[in-house]
Amino acid sequence: MAKKEKEFDTINDGSHAIRKFSIGDFLVIFVLVVLCLTCVLPFIHLAAKSVSSNTAVMQKSVVLWPKGFNLEAYASIFQDGTLVHSFLYSVEVVLIFTVMGMIACTCAAYPLSKKRLKGRAFFTVLLMIPMYFNAGLIPTYLLYKDLNMLNTMWVLILPLIYSSYNMLIMKNYFQSSIPDSLEEAAFLDGASNFQILFLIVLPLSLPIIATLSLFYAVGRWNAYADNKYYITKEALKMIQYKLYQLVASATEAQTATLSEAAEVTSTPEVLQAACIMFATIPIICIYPFLQKYFVKGVMVGAVKG
Amino acid sequence: MTKTNAESAVLPGKKVGYWKKLKLDFLKNPWLYLMLIPGLVYFLVFKYLPMWGIIIGFEDYSPFLGPFKSAWKGLYWFQRFFSTSKWMTYLSNTLILSFMSIIFTFPAPIILALMLNEIRSIHYKKVTQTLLYMPHFISIVIVVSITYVIFGTDGIIYKLTTQLMGRSIDYLGDPGVFRWMIVGQNIWKETGWGTIIFLAALTNVDTQLYEAAMIDGANRAQRLWHITLPAIRSTIVLMLVLRMGSVLDTGYEHLILMSNALNRSVSQTLDVFVYENGIKNGQLSYTTAVGLMKSLVSVVLVVTSNKIAHALGEEGLY
Repeated sequence: MAKKEKEFDTINDGSHAIRKFSIGDFLVIFVLVVLCLTCVLPFIHLAAKSVSSNTAVMQKSVVLWPKGFNLEAYASIFQDGTLVHSFLYSVEVVLIFTVMGMIACTCAAYPLSKKRLKGRAFFTVLLMIPMYFNAGLIPTYLLYKDLNMLNTMWVLILPLIYSSYNMLIMKNYFQSSIPDSLEEAAFLDGASNFQILFLIVLPLSLPIIATLSLFYAVGRWNAYADNKYYITKEALKMIQYKLYQLVASATEAQTATLSEAAEVTSTPEVLQAACIMFATIPIICIYPFLQKYFVKGVMVGAVKG
Repeated sequence: MTKTNAESAVLPGKKVGYWKKLKLDFLKNPWLYLMLIPGLVYFLVFKYLPMWGIIIGFEDYSPFLGPFKSAWKGLYWFQRFFSTSKWMTYLSNTLILSFMSIIFTFPAPIILALMLNEIRSIHYKKVTQTLLYMPHFISIVIVVSITYVIFGTDGIIYKLTTQLMGRSIDYLGDPGVFRWMIVGQNIWKETGWGTIIFLAALTNVDTQLYEAAMIDGANRAQRLWHITLPAIRSTIVLMLVLRMGSVLDTGYEHLILMSNALNRSVSQTLDVFVYENGIKNGQLSYTTAVGLMKSLVSVVLVVTSNKIAHALGEEGLY
């Protein structure tokens, strides 16, 4: 798009280098800079707070640059251990979930991408209905109870491994990006069906695999409400739920134990900021590297679907 | 290819039933069908089995008796909900918040995508996009806690607006501000991410049209109105229909974080009702009935908006 526009500018003005820069262009860039700042500044603010001294934070003098630099809040997170434990537990859940989810998604999307499959329409309807009509919280809760899934790690994993949306994206990708003729050629060369899937289709689908893995991982990492509905054991709760307890109800015992462990060297505010950064930094560090994949993945999947 | 094999196995001209064909095709490539079995089981167990559980919304469900033996109540719970004095509050809170969300959060990514589309420098565009996508990857818990930090009485924005306006606004407690805060948080979190799909649609616009329009003397606004918007119209309609399906989902995860004793009058929506009375207080039948009502209204909204989309000459969802 951008390239085409440049060619077009060249035609119009003789050279795109001296194309007039109108007030409109300036306004657009200005507004976008402001919007980017609103996305970034809150984090810089929190990051600055999390490494500042208590007195500076209590005087409200920390805005975007840390004052009285120290890492005590982070040290107390590691000393206390509960947040580190739930962080590691969350990583474990997210990894198991992402792997299982990708296997499940591929198993369903690959056959459904084949036009020769009988009963495709039936499966598509089967997938679509739950996207718009769900049984609601209580029947779902009772089901998990009957399946003895409450208060296990699996209640955070199994109910979400199939996602109609992700499946449709993957199916569309298989259909639009992997030519049938390639598979036919492999078949004629004597490749088995599983060889075709593992040696041809999946290696060609890395962008979509990266995209959907990111969706699965981020979705699981960020959700907290199912921890609240289905789990009562503290040890089985994920990090976002801990944050929810810590932040939303600062009066709860959780906060007290954490700041006691910090021997009241950190004010809750510094500690809060540190906890937020602790749970967010992993994702903020990962997603920019996958951007080129997920943008492509969403485009392929969504525009057609 | 396999399909032709399967068909040639049957004598030409002979009529073959669907099941016969299915059987033949299954024997040709069984693994293709076997791969679908886990998915089938998953959907039946996790999505369709609970739908059957909706029956308890018409019963006086007791966990000890189970859904078969519990007493049948018919529409009692629905009547009970509408006979309470508060049903209007729950319903209007849900509807107002839902429609405020759709009016303000839906157009935002379109406008932003149009702005991004105006940018020529590839590098600037890429950096901008990376930054704008960031809030999408952040949990709502963190969005709310950031809000508490900067809008609370110690927060920067609170201090700033107090100084500028000469009076303080209680961002976190004032019922009048509550809905705007929710909508604002949603816009902040999802607008950047929402642009991806519209940017994809914008890449399909034929640049020759712009050229022709420029030669005819159309200015930027005219090109936007007559070329760009019509080109992405079908994407807009499709996304709107999709959005209608979840319009009544006010996001319990989000609301419960923002609600407090001061703003209860506006933060109580149907989602909050179902959680508080169902899981907290154990009124399972009652809340199942209320939840069912919400699901049905959502389905009606999707079907209606899809019909409207068809009437407008768009493809719609199905």
